[in-house]
Amino acid sequence: MAISRQDIEKVALLARIKVDEAQVTALEKDLSNILDLVDQLQSADTSQTEPMAHPLDAAQRLRADTVTETDNRAAFQAIAPSTENGLYLVPRVIE
Amino acid sequence: MQWDIVIGLEIHVQLATKTKIFSGTSTAYGAEPNSQASAVDLAMPGTLPVANEQAFKYAVMFGLAVDAEICRRSVFERKNYFYPDLPKGYQTTQLERPIVGPGHVDVELADGSTKRVRIHHAHLEEDAGKSLHEDFHGMTGIDLNRAGTPLIEVVTEPDMRSAEEAVAFARKLHGLVTSLGICDGNMSEGSLRFDVNVSLKPAGDETLGTRTETKNLNSFRFMEQAIHHEVERQMDILEDGGRIVQETRLYNGDTQQSRSMRSKEEANDYRYFPCPDLLPVELDDAFIEDARSRLPELPDARKARFQSDYGLTDYDASLLSSSARMAALFEETVSHGKDAKLAANWLLGELSARLNSEDRELADCPLTGGQLGALILRISDGTVSSTGAKKVFEGLWTGEGSDVDELIDAKGLKQVSDTGALEKIVEEVLAGMGEQIAQYQEADEKKRKKLMGGFMGPLMKASKGQGNPKLFNEILKKKLER
Repeated sequence: MAISRQDIEKVALLARIKVDEAQVTALEKDLSNILDLVDQLQSADTSQTEPMAHPLDAAQRLRADTVTETDNRAAFQAIAPSTENGLYLVPRVIE
Repeated sequence: MQWDIVIGLEIHVQLATKTKIFSGTSTAYGAEPNSQASAVDLAMPGTLPVANEQAFKYAVMFGLAVDAEICRRSVFERKNYFYPDLPKGYQTTQLERPIVGPGHVDVELADGSTKRVRIHHAHLEEDAGKSLHEDFHGMTGIDLNRAGTPLIEVVTEPDMRSAEEAVAFARKLHGLVTSLGICDGNMSEGSLRFDVNVSLKPAGDETLGTRTETKNLNSFRFMEQAIHHEVERQMDILEDGGRIVQETRLYNGDTQQSRSMRSKEEANDYRYFPCPDLLPVELDDAFIEDARSRLPELPDARKARFQSDYGLTDYDASLLSSSARMAALFEETVSHGKDAKLAANWLLGELSARLNSEDRELADCPLTGGQLGALILRISDGTVSSTGAKKVFEGLWTGEGSDVDELIDAKGLKQVSDTGALEKIVEEVLAGMGEQIAQYQEADEKKRKKLMGGFMGPLMKASKGQGNPKLFNEILKKKLER
């Protein structure tokens, strides 16, 4: 299966990854190869196979509902580009 | 043209855990901005989520309460989108294997009928932070204290046919999660938020119309308004031959207007995939049975008990049992005030009306059950009239006083129940009413009842409103029928 330039541009936009013209051409080839591989896998009979959610054959361990974290705001905000009154400031995001 | 209204709801329920779903950070409301945002919540490189057992227990309790199947092996997915209140660049949520499967909630409607609303599923996920858009010289301020707070998102089938049904369901769900103790139910703090999906179809048609979603309604009143508003908006478009665009809308309760929120289509392409940082969560029988053993009395059972134990009517019992807070206040009031019917009348009458008129929730009610109970006691033993009791209620509400008996004394509301004193007043008043007395004595039983009112006015006036009306009535009857 081949992937189109438009698909690549759309996915790049959604992932906020900047790709130039030349990269799109290279990605078109690489990603199409990967999708070909997926096509091959699709031909395997999986009707008896349980879908896998994780490569490890284990279950999640749960933790008790107890507060273990303390306030480290000062340390975190020391490396933030901009803060004010305890808030992280970012470029305006309102629609 | 006649239209069928079709409504489905998505409800975000903040779980009342002490810590976040994937980190041991406190979830207490109202802390200093970002003081409850740890490295995991900030998505610092190298951090990993560790799931909070209590969030799963609460989700299972919800599932059991709505008669749903519990997923024994639930999986987390990443929902990818970029927004500064979500530092990871994805929300950890569930898509393919949500923890709670199909269930249902039965809702009593105002006309006495019962409506079954099916639950499609409920999944566990994390809340995002908060964005503040004011006063930051053109920048946006981000508070990540809420980021990572556990939520269950409850998704209903499109089973509701009017705003009234949707609100009745929403209230029932609110009562259910607060009774379960899995959510504090405080809507003004965002503990429970409703998204409403609305579509219209020509009456009787099978196929559903295109729907819109109105997001983040945090009061029942706004929810009802938003649905009416959206139904009207869609009807106008359809009747003008237009088409509904599938979109997310925001409703502003203050201006009673709505606007489209997400215009770009690709914003809805979330590219879900299983979260590699989290293993599937397996819940065994012991876990589920433990959750079942923690189920408290639920509203439906409570309603039946209120009817049998307190002799309440179906209607009163249903209103008083629906929310855990109201039920607790009622039982506390009765334990002090004895008379259950009178307690029900005051809670559903004076108190509810007052909360409504000030647009306050029961959580902010300034009166305790002990105070209300004390007031009920003074009404039933004849110390205050119901008019006087309203003045005491006012004094308690405004904080003028906190003790019922002291307020009665301070306001001079004590009814005169001394029969000797009352008899004297009756005699004095009757002395000047010869004509009316004659009229009364000639009248038949039915008319007499009416004429009694003509004496009560002057009597209450003569006693400065403090005479016990019941005793006045008795004395009056004796004197007139002599």
